[in-house]
Amino acid sequence: MNGIIAIGVIIILLILVVLFRVQTLLNVAKDNANKRVTGSNKVHPVLFILFLLFGFGFFFWYSGTYFDDYTLPIASEHGKDTDSLFWITTAITGVVFVITHILLFVFPAQYQYDEKRKAKFFPENNKLELAWTILPAIVLAVLIYNGWKTWSYIMDKSPDNSEVVEIYAYQFGWSARYPGADGQLGEHDFRLIDAVNAFGIDVTDENALDDITPGEIHIPKGVPVEFKIRAKDVIHSLFIPEFRLQMNAVPGMTTRFWFTPTMSTQEMRDLKNDQTWDYKIVCNKICGRAHYSMLQRIVVDEPEDYKKWLAEQKSFLKQNPDYMAKVPQQMKELALVKAGLDQPESN
Amino acid sequence: MEAIDIKAREGEVHHGDYSTHEHHEESFIKKYVFTTDHKTIAKQFLITGIFWALLGGALSIIFRLQLGFEGANLAWLKPVLGKWITVEDGFGTLDPEFYLALVTMHGTIMVFFVLTAGLSGTFSNLLIPLQIGARDMASGFMNMLSYWFFFLSSVVMFISLFVETGPAMAGWTVYPPLSAVEQAVSGSGLGMTLWLVSMVFFIASSLLGGINYITTVINLRTQGMTFSRLPLTIWAFFLTAIIGVLSFPVLFAAALLLVFDRSFGTSFYLSDIYIGGEALPHVGGSPILYQHLFWFLGHPEVYIVLLPALGITSEVIATNSRKPIFGYKAMIGSMLGITILSFVVWAHHMFVSGLNPFLGSIFMFLTLIIAVPSAVKVFNYLTTLWKGNLVFTPGMLFSIGLVSFFISGGLTGIFLGNSAVDISLHDTYFVVAHFHLVMGSASFFGLLAGVYHWFPKMFGRMMDDKLGYIHFWLTFVGVYMVFFPLHYIGIAGYPRRYYSFTNFDAFQSFADLNAFVSIAAIVTFAAQFLFLFNFFYSMFAGRRAPKNPWRSTTLEWTTPVNVGHGNWPGDLPTVYRWPYDYSKPGAADDYIMQTVPYSETPESNLEHEQEFVAQERPQATTPKDSNEQGA
Repeated sequence: MNGIIAIGVIIILLILVVLFRVQTLLNVAKDNANKRVTGSNKVHPVLFILFLLFGFGFFFWYSGTYFDDYTLPIASEHGKDTDSLFWITTAITGVVFVITHILLFVFPAQYQYDEKRKAKFFPENNKLELAWTILPAIVLAVLIYNGWKTWSYIMDKSPDNSEVVEIYAYQFGWSARYPGADGQLGEHDFRLIDAVNAFGIDVTDENALDDITPGEIHIPKGVPVEFKIRAKDVIHSLFIPEFRLQMNAVPGMTTRFWFTPTMSTQEMRDLKNDQTWDYKIVCNKICGRAHYSMLQRIVVDEPEDYKKWLAEQKSFLKQNPDYMAKVPQQMKELALVKAGLDQPESN
Repeated sequence: MEAIDIKAREGEVHHGDYSTHEHHEESFIKKYVFTTDHKTIAKQFLITGIFWALLGGALSIIFRLQLGFEGANLAWLKPVLGKWITVEDGFGTLDPEFYLALVTMHGTIMVFFVLTAGLSGTFSNLLIPLQIGARDMASGFMNMLSYWFFFLSSVVMFISLFVETGPAMAGWTVYPPLSAVEQAVSGSGLGMTLWLVSMVFFIASSLLGGINYITTVINLRTQGMTFSRLPLTIWAFFLTAIIGVLSFPVLFAAALLLVFDRSFGTSFYLSDIYIGGEALPHVGGSPILYQHLFWFLGHPEVYIVLLPALGITSEVIATNSRKPIFGYKAMIGSMLGITILSFVVWAHHMFVSGLNPFLGSIFMFLTLIIAVPSAVKVFNYLTTLWKGNLVFTPGMLFSIGLVSFFISGGLTGIFLGNSAVDISLHDTYFVVAHFHLVMGSASFFGLLAGVYHWFPKMFGRMMDDKLGYIHFWLTFVGVYMVFFPLHYIGIAGYPRRYYSFTNFDAFQSFADLNAFVSIAAIVTFAAQFLFLFNFFYSMFAGRRAPKNPWRSTTLEWTTPVNVGHGNWPGDLPTVYRWPYDYSKPGAADDYIMQTVPYSETPESNLEHEQEFVAQERPQATTPKDSNEQGA
């Protein structure tokens, strides 16, 4: 079988070589070397026009037909702004794209070589130059201004009523820590990390005593949520396309991103007509072997459901009472209260 | 060489060197291996670049197979890839870490070895002395070193492909900690060490070359070759070299600190890392610092890759439009603008890195400004074509293709340069589509345009036109079919550098499109073998080139068809005019070479040019040879 394929390939190559030789001999016969242009100079302009028509044809056809496939629903407040910027930019660049390409691919047909004609000697024109320096500058200024306004708003300090959630990235997954009733995330130190204390929570810090590390990530709809993002090992990137949210997780520093979710998981499921659908945090910075499968479900609840869910979560200390041993003596009593260890099990 | 340089500078009459080289036989090693002739060094860069381009392309085909045909049996690659293909029950799958190695090496090879060394190394070397009228580079020896450092760098990088733990796998940007910590990914062991060693040699090579290009352009221009008469190619190479000399040392610093962090326990980039069950001792470093240092080279690098291609295109389009390039001064101005701005836009790669958002605003502003000179260049190319007398040589076709890619890819840069829009597009396939068009394909087309256009000067023979046409159309259509669909995949939020999308129900909808892209990539890659055949066949059996096959105005076409070391027999040519006197009203032919004095062309001189006639030196000093207008 392989032998036959090999012979086939060799025969095809030989045919091609023969064709090539015939072609070169024809060139000699037609004395093409001494002509300014050969017949093919008329072919390329036609091909350029065809390329223009088919190219734009496919471009507009695909962009229209599959619009719903490649655009994602927007599930955050600021996502509306960034998307409108995206589409404004698309409209402006689209016009430039079409016009310049029409010129680029029609000129070859219009001005192909003609022995009787001489090209126009047109070395410069300051007015033209000035016009197409200033025009793009103005358009870009508008885009910059809008972009800057949106960017500043997105990157501004989060509102006071924000739900703070710490997202911790590691090879190869994500987990979350909630600040508990005191609203303050406790100190952490990577040297305190062990098999249980994956966050390196420092239980000698008062604020850490009621911190919650649930197995799931929930956030409320319609309320500003601030992610404080950390990484355990290498750089990761917290990316949730539907929220138009992306921020790197960097070892050694805390990054942040705040946003307001506008659609709960259920609403999105209904919209997509898929009751198994979920928001996913995906990693968008190359981080090693399983980079492509580093994902974590994130649930957007109605605010009351969220409160209910959060109230059910036990604090880190309550789940791991062994760590009470590490709490300093003078804080032990406080710890029992804050961690909820003084409450009897309520099941 | 010193003797040649001094004499060239003084413009003395001498017969010695050019003819000496013709008479006494140089040894093979001196002539082809450790040569100091800029033209041979250019060919060395070109052929090494072609080798790397094939390898880099082949790597991309392997990962396109993985992306386009998920779940396909790759067992047949086992003989080539060895342990990186796991075969179970006759079914072969690609190792996910090796997938990362493939994208990393593809990027590294294409950006540095093909489009920097292969493009700038080839054409700066070939054209700078030939187009400014110099006998060779300012230092032939440094030039030789430049190639051999590149060669050494290539050897080290090539070896890294075969080490047991695999080559570098942290992406071509090799961000620490991933690249710094061996526990993070296996390629960050020996593979990464070799990557860094290779890059150090590469930087040395690039600096030796760059310093030489700058010095040569400044000091060795022939009589009359003022800066305002330099062809745009030379302007492009000159500015490229300046960018390289200013930015490559910063990459060196970045790499050096990374070496320290990896091998000597420092903490420049590392802090608070818990990996493989232990807390590393590093404290106080910042991974962001590396990104700043890297992109301080990394972004100018885009222009190091692109400017030479734009320079080549300017020259090829003007020649084959039989028209002066429109806005010669504006073209230089925009290149200068791009050069300067290229140094102050680097952090647009870092909008979502944890950078201070205020810096993000500043860099958005600076980044979008750089679109202005780029737009000017596009409009000037279009105006050059307008009312031209267009001859579609393969070089011309590739140049038109470049302009198209430059527009398509440049426009998407306006999305990504806008930090607010970049939040959702960053590191998606949209970015992949953007830079493959504007920097990858555009520069690659510049390289091909240059090869087709200056092949006669390199080898004294013509490449076959028809094969060139087929090569162009397959590649041009192919590149669009590969990269245009990626925009949609990017807008849909597909992250780059993913081994597979099967884990994501959200990322399932583009299997067909991905297969289409992969098939297009394979066809486009296959089409390059037409070029290879044409290139090597024509080198030995192509039609003998006439002296000035494209009826061009610049100095390289005044040399003999087979140029010896020293470039011009007898005196160096004298230059009297700018390089774009095409289709001048009144002139008999549709081009006037740079060596033709205004006093010989009263019929076509413009009003202000009449004044130059009086200033021209008497004809006697112009060697007969350089007055001929080609074949």
